[in-house]
Amino acid sequence: MRRLTLSIPALLIAAPVLAADLNVTVQIPQLDVAEYHRPYTAVWIEREDHSVAAQLAVWYAQKETKEGAGTKWLPELRQWWRRGGRDLQMPVDGVSGATRPAGQQQLKFQEGKAPLNTLAPGKYELVVEAAREVGGREVVRVPFSWPVSAPQQLDAKGSSELGAVKVDLVP
Amino acid sequence: MFKRSLTLTAMALAFALPMAAQAHKMWMVPSATNVSGADPWVTVDAAVSNDLFYPDHVPGDLSRLVITAPDGQPVKAENTNTGKYRSEFDVHLTQQGTYRIAMVNEGIFASYEMDGQKKRWRGDAAGLAKELPAGAKNVEVSEAVNRVETFVSNGKPNESALKPTGKGIELVPVTHVTDLVAGEGATFQLLIDGKPASDMKVTAIAGATRYRNAQDEFEATTGKDGKFTLNWPKAGMYWINASTQDNKTSVKQAKQRRLSYSATLEVLPQ
Repeated sequence: MRRLTLSIPALLIAAPVLAADLNVTVQIPQLDVAEYHRPYTAVWIEREDHSVAAQLAVWYAQKETKEGAGTKWLPELRQWWRRGGRDLQMPVDGVSGATRPAGQQQLKFQEGKAPLNTLAPGKYELVVEAAREVGGREVVRVPFSWPVSAPQQLDAKGSSELGAVKVDLVP
Repeated sequence: MFKRSLTLTAMALAFALPMAAQAHKMWMVPSATNVSGADPWVTVDAAVSNDLFYPDHVPGDLSRLVITAPDGQPVKAENTNTGKYRSEFDVHLTQQGTYRIAMVNEGIFASYEMDGQKKRWRGDAAGLAKELPAGAKNVEVSEAVNRVETFVSNGKPNESALKPTGKGIELVPVTHVTDLVAGEGATFQLLIDGKPASDMKVTAIAGATRYRNAQDEFEATTGKDGKFTLNWPKAGMYWINASTQDNKTSVKQAKQRRLSYSATLEVLPQ
């Protein structure tokens, strides 16, 4: 009972914050290589114990072949695969999609809506992993706190398979 | 006096030589340990060699192959071939979960003298009574239980294929056998006949020994509960081995039983 009375004002205060945005920009670099393939890319949010708090995006080859084309190579996103990729039944609505070309790729999420609706207050890392056929593999991490009290622009940079990764937090 | 110094020399030699590095190693190497997709396959090499994992001695004996699917049922190897130095086969992973791919060898070895000549024999318990010649003298019988294995997970790993059979040395995962990463310690448990194997030495050696000048082996010792932890220095295919002997023989002529376990484990980069 006591809990209920406490949670009502808490909800009222929290209400304006409900619209908080989490915007992610992932730069897929232009690579000057003989045989270019678009990277398989996964974007997810990790808790401090490395468990997955939210799956944000998985870009892989969608074309179906006898081998299942795309899904055959998903374990190449090694960290994503062991942290939770192998638990998913691909494709996942709102998460999986086709591989992206070089350039700035935008992802927009809102508090209260999937997949952020289950994000409890705490410290997190936004993780981007990319792996490319006949190319390399790279993981970039951006630590952040949730929920957001003031606007924040966070970034990290990859060195080979990923360019700049920017996280814009808007309360 | 002479005899004593000879024994000492022999002992000194035995300690000076890195025994594990000298012995032939039996191994299987899968083309991948984590697979996915609609129709995944892996191909596996099996051999006995000096270097890891270069077939240069004798091929693996596929008649001893036991593949267990994630549902615990046996699976047949496909496209099998045994060459001069290497055996190979494919495994079609039609189920989700972890496959256990093993070469299991339970045998009886006998040495005896016949007409003044030393002879050797190997077979099973039934064969020992039937096949050993009547005039055999100084018969010495020993038993061996060897297990060489590796693991592949299709999608999410599980552990039903890894259930111990209760015979010989076996490995039970605490850290899953297909979820190993450089820089993260991995803990496993060793069993002998289904019971925790305490105080047992486990040796681990990374593959590609041909391209370095030392085996660079590292060791762990099991605790009372049979558990041990290995810290992988880098990513790669690793060969781990444990062996011991006891007197728990299944035929009464045998005084001694030799037990050996080897596994090939893949460690991925962070």
